[in-house]
Amino acid sequence: MADAATVDSADADEEIDLSALDDDDLIAQMHDDLYDGLGPEIVEGTELLLGRGWGADKVLNEALVEAMRIVGIDFRDGILFVPEVLLAANAMKAGMEVLRPLLAETGAEPIGKIVIGTVKGDIHDIGKNLVGMMLEGAGFEVVDLGINTDVDEFLGALAEHRPDILGMSALLTTTMPYMKVVVDTLIEQGLRDDYLVIVGGAPLNQEFGEAVGADAYCRDAAVAAETATDLIKARRAAAA
Amino acid sequence: MLVLGCGALANELRAIVGSGGLEHIDVECLPAKLHNRPALIAPEVRARLNRLAQQGRTYERVLLGYGDCGSAGAIDDLCAEFERAHAAGDGPSMTRVPGAHCYEFFATAPLFAEMSEAEPATFYLTDYLARHFDLLVWQGLGIADHPELAELYFGNYRRVVLLTQTPDGAQRARIEACARAGADRLGLPLEIVETGYGELETTLTSVAAPRRNTATPDVTAPRRSTVPSELAASRRSDEHQVPA
Ligand code: B12
Repeated sequence: MADAATVDSADADEEIDLSALDDDDLIAQMHDDLYDGLGPEIVEGTELLLGRGWGADKVLNEALVEAMRIVGIDFRDGILFVPEVLLAANAMKAGMEVLRPLLAETGAEPIGKIVIGTVKGDIHDIGKNLVGMMLEGAGFEVVDLGINTDVDEFLGALAEHRPDILGMSALLTTTMPYMKVVVDTLIEQGLRDDYLVIVGGAPLNQEFGEAVGADAYCRDAAVAAETATDLIKARRAAAA
Repeated sequence: MLVLGCGALANELRAIVGSGGLEHIDVECLPAKLHNRPALIAPEVRARLNRLAQQGRTYERVLLGYGDCGSAGAIDDLCAEFERAHAAGDGPSMTRVPGAHCYEFFATAPLFAEMSEAEPATFYLTDYLARHFDLLVWQGLGIADHPELAELYFGNYRRVVLLTQTPDGAQRARIEACARAGADRLGLPLEIVETGYGELETTLTSVAAPRRNTATPDVTAPRRSTVPSELAASRRSDEHQVPA
């Protein structure tokens, strides 16, 4: 057991009384806590801010989404690796669970709807889940089809949910080409123009996104949220 | 000739090179952990070749003991760059093992496709990954420190398949025991398929063969295919049936 003189910084962190922090310090502390994957602290901070009269969308954006954006940058730069990202995503998820019912209550129209899934043969879902969460954070309604999704499941979900956007994820060289199967089927059935298509996953790039006929390739979840928002705005402006 | 490969293939590369008249081939390996940062593989290959050249170790032919490995085409681009320079009389010719990753080239493409189709939710082990399961999977993915992550990583998986390079015997029994311990930790059934060195060996042997017109094997040519009866003979369905 550490005595008082040898308390390390991790122990010191645990001592922090979140309720004693003013709003700015609390937000900064929540950014650190989400970065460190501390779910219970994120839930506590979220509830504190709500108790101080913050709107759910403001908590979501300033505390959770912003923190996850920082995690994304450090992952891209190789400072964080997958376990840390996964822990951070989990902490964010815990905060979102507190906020989700409140966001629904406000009755605010979602900015758009997206159906998202990892393509057939591929069981990787960490990146896809993160994209789903960041899109939800950006105000999208997200329908997640999970992993190993074949073209019939994608098409069925499009017919059922009528989203604005179809999002596909692939992490394997062997499964990425399946995105083209889905896009080509949309074209065959005369449905391609009904949806915006965005794609992502570590082995993809801009060129590949174009080759499969997607509207956009996004390198990470923050870019996905921005791009999806921009694409929807552009489409609505064009239709207006 | 130089074989420059992933550290996860070091034993296998040395074993192949150590047998049957290939002893003149040099083997160098890069750290296996690059697996998790595939964007770094091509730059690290280039850096190692430069370092070897500075030591006066230049080669006529280089075989990369890598698949695509999620490099998003960067390993292929590097090979193409070396091939162009080589054609212009500068530096070694360079090629890689065909296939997406070592699981595919050990199993060979047709068998790997068949297994993935039968059960996409398969986590594959090679001898190397089985022996180092604790270090690479349990600790490497942070499950050792955060057991709650196991479900997030592996919750969707249905089986583990050991693609073993080792024929029956004492050594094989040790590897199977490691694989079984790993599968047990994941709470998944284990199946065992003996693949040998697969396309790693066929590619190495063909690249090392005396030059015909070209040093580069035709990766588009039909690959040695493992016939289903061979598969049936070598696959031992341990403990559990394959989920259909
Ligand atoms: C973690 C991981 C796993 C975990 C997956 C757990 C899970 N629940 O997903 C485990 C260990 C289970 C696993 C299994 C396998 N894996 Co794996 N895995 C990885 C690893 C290390 C990281 C992937 C990851 O989660 N990154 C973290 C997230 C946050 O990043 P991301 O996925 O890139 O997502 C971001 C962006 O790409 C983008 N994005 C992603 N999806 C989408 C979708 C849309 C619509 C948009 C807009 C954006 C977007 O935004 C995300 C967030 O910022 C990569 C290597 C790497 N560094 O990429 C190998 C890697 C992808 N795996 C690989 C392999 C080979 C496998 C296995 C076959 C290995 C095996 N032994 O069986 C199996 C696959 C089985 C199958 N059928 O799918 C290879 C693929 C090689 C290739 N040529 O294709 C890689 C590249 C490792 C390597 N170098 O060999 N893997």
